[in-house]
Amino acid sequence: MIELSLQKKLQGSHGAMHLDVNLEIKEHDFVALSGKSGSGKTTLLRIIAGLEEAQGEIIVSEKIWQNSKNYLPTQKREIGFVFQDYALFANMSVLQNLLFVSEDKKLASHLLELTELTELQNRLPHTLSGGQKQRVALCRSLMRRPKILLMDEPLSALDMEMRNKLQDDILKLHKEFGTTTIMVSHDPSEIYRLANRVVMLSHGKIMQDGTPKEVLLQTKGSQKFSLKGELLDILKADVIYIGIIAIGQNIVEVVMDEAEAKTFKIGQSVHVNTKAFAPSLSH
Amino acid sequence: MSELDFAPFLLSFKLAAITTLILFIIALPVAWWLSQTKCRCKPFVEAITSLPIVLPPSVLGFYILFALSQNSPIGAFFEQTFGIKLVFNFTGLVVASCFYSFPFMVQPLQGGFETLNKNMLEASYIAGKSRLQTLYFVALPNIKPALITAIIITFAHTVGEFGVVLMVGGSIPNETKVASVAIYEAVEIMDYKTAHIYSLIMLSLSFLVLLGVYLFNRRHNKRIGV
Repeated sequence: MIELSLQKKLQGSHGAMHLDVNLEIKEHDFVALSGKSGSGKTTLLRIIAGLEEAQGEIIVSEKIWQNSKNYLPTQKREIGFVFQDYALFANMSVLQNLLFVSEDKKLASHLLELTELTELQNRLPHTLSGGQKQRVALCRSLMRRPKILLMDEPLSALDMEMRNKLQDDILKLHKEFGTTTIMVSHDPSEIYRLANRVVMLSHGKIMQDGTPKEVLLQTKGSQKFSLKGELLDILKADVIYIGIIAIGQNIVEVVMDEAEAKTFKIGQSVHVNTKAFAPSLSH
Repeated sequence: MSELDFAPFLLSFKLAAITTLILFIIALPVAWWLSQTKCRCKPFVEAITSLPIVLPPSVLGFYILFALSQNSPIGAFFEQTFGIKLVFNFTGLVVASCFYSFPFMVQPLQGGFETLNKNMLEASYIAGKSRLQTLYFVALPNIKPALITAIIITFAHTVGEFGVVLMVGGSIPNETKVASVAIYEAVEIMDYKTAHIYSLIMLSLSFLVLLGVYLFNRRHNKRIGV
């Protein structure tokens, strides 16, 4: 069990903010931390890692990492950390990056094999692609066999295909090493695939906490489906109005009556939902 | 040419080599600390370490002379305890040069450390490595151009110093008469031939040193793909 009770005053982009998080995480869980930028996700991760100080307690498997009396330095916390920008040691080859953390050559070659990096083990980081770099960073983070694996938007700089590949790798390694993983992510499909629990932060507080299905599915009551989008335009066509809405990468039209058209403003975030019929899938 | 004395050059290089070595050891932790600290006192420490760049060498030389002479507590302490005189000899020159060239070692190193990816250093701490291990195995190997620049510029700057050396060392042959002082003296006695030769040597060496630094940095940047 990991018990967090942390408080810290932060200077966010929207002025002062109070981070106040109480959280219990079961061992071997995969927790996704989500929420708008500036909500304190990265800070929370860095506090757990001991890279930033905060008031409160961190207890991991009944071992005190920090409380009012004790503070375990980063070096002594059994963690792995995957940064968004990889943060590989630029002067060391792929293999040396792993061995610098721990001299365990067997583990290093096992990790490189799992992530299909064996061929690249003598290359320097700057000669690798983004996806390859992040796989090296992932392997490196597991070299100490950490209790907690922390990942700060590890896949956000990669394209879709590479994300899928790395999501598989992350899942594989999370299971094999039995770590408790906390990952900051904005991507609902990524969270749904990887995590068994989602914690939503807003202005430093936990707003939602549950399974990905509970937190991410936006339908309410009898709604068959619901999609979040941005209202781009309202066009008048004879007696009706047509709302142009961006949902993800797609643009859709929705018919509105005059009363509805008056209640919505262009640029506002809206939910598009339907009850009357079930949507069907096609290729 | 036969009577041309190269002893001042040897002395200059000996002084520069010793000064560079001492400064590397002293300035490295200072530069590392300055690059990592969030202490409010940082601007004060930075201002003090940079003073020798803007102070006239005569002012610096005067203070060092004043501080190290037998009449000052420091000078008296060294003379009574170790039997070492700190002015008008080679030891005094080394001490003075260390003050004079300090910022030339600190600033490139600090600049190099500051450009390092902070996450890379944190990754090293997370790997369980201490600050010292991180400095030697991660930070230093990744600032090679800054490291080479710091060492070479410190060396070259010490070879080129004049005012401080004259104030603290005078011009004792084989003891404190370094190349720059030798040139000054040659001009003073209107021995322009010697002054020309000495000056040309200094000019060529300085140019070659700088050329070497820039060539190295270019090659390094190409190699790591900057």
